Amino acid sequence: MRAKEHVTTMHELSIAINLVEVAEAAVQHLNVARVESVHLRLGVFSGVVADSLFFAYDIATEGTLLAGSSLVIEVVPLVIYCPKCEIEHELNNIQLLECPGCGTASNEIRQGKEIEIAYLEVADEPSIT
Amino acid sequence: MNPRLLEIRQGVLSKNDERAAKLRERFLKVGILALNIVSSPGAGKTLFLKQTMEKLIAQDYKVGALVGDLQTDNDARFLAKSGAPVRQIETAGNCHLEAALIDNYLADWDLTGFDFFFIENVGNLVCPANYDLGESLRVVLLSTTEGEDKPLKYPPMFHSADVCIISKIDLAAAVEFDHEAAYENIHAVHPMMPVIEVSAKTGTGMQDWLDFLQTQKQKIVGAKRASPNGVQTN
Repeated sequence: MRAKEHVTTMHELSIAINLVEVAEAAVQHLNVARVESVHLRLGVFSGVVADSLFFAYDIATEGTLLAGSSLVIEVVPLVIYCPKCEIEHELNNIQLLECPGCGTASNEIRQGKEIEIAYLEVADEPSIT
Repeated sequence: MNPRLLEIRQGVLSKNDERAAKLRERFLKVGILALNIVSSPGAGKTLFLKQTMEKLIAQDYKVGALVGDLQTDNDARFLAKSGAPVRQIETAGNCHLEAALIDNYLADWDLTGFDFFFIENVGNLVCPANYDLGESLRVVLLSTTEGEDKPLKYPPMFHSADVCIISKIDLAAAVEFDHEAAYENIHAVHPMMPVIEVSAKTGTGMQDWLDFLQTQKQKIVGAKRASPNGVQTN
């Protein structure tokens, strides 16, 4: 597995390997023949790069129940809660955690850190093809 | 047969989080303040840690450390000069430490009586942000030599830390370090994060850092014994 060794230092590969473990464990005791796709919620404040994750996914799924499946990523925006306006705000700029309405700084992140498997699309029988 | 949807709703790193929670429980149970030290390579983690441990030992605290590196055990040997027990974790190319690794390296380590336990992470401002190691405090170093905009380049890491150490402050003037910009950037991605300026080389600011450590220990772990000076700490 030369390719695998080559990219071991890549952050997204560890994430992809963890992703495969979680997904495999979830279907382990079910009558699942194949996993068609994995739907991942990925926050813009997670530090994980979607493009790199797609690349790592193919390597990490090799020889597993998820081999040949596709990865679908739902990007989750950064949402903070402003204690002054008492309202949640979606931020376009992840480099400035302050309320776009009143300028109050806030550490209360409500969304955007997710690296979470939402659901799997599975087939109960092997496909005919 | 048509494919069906299977709802999972599980964090990809949930296993690491569970393991880290158990580690944290183990540390806190015996009264240890565990710290995870992160920074980019060359920000001065190792010297900072060595001086910190020496000063804590001089004040009669019992400290230990685990140090992660891609290769070599140079850092562990250097840190051991402080007099503290130190173990090296060679990650063999992996870019971060994980809770399971920490757990394995601590399995046969009797932690009774320790006050502070330091985990020096791999030099990297991306990957370690996602991995909880069971620490109670995450410390991020920003050296004056690497530029004031690092927090803007790595918001998740700076946001995940509990305190920011501006290291190599003795070089600030020589590299025209812009204090105001640095604080502005740190607080843009992590409003109100405490910032301490230190030079491990000259000792500047080290007392502020040690005071901070002791305050945090009392706050998080509680005063389990009289202070080393014989004065009751609470």
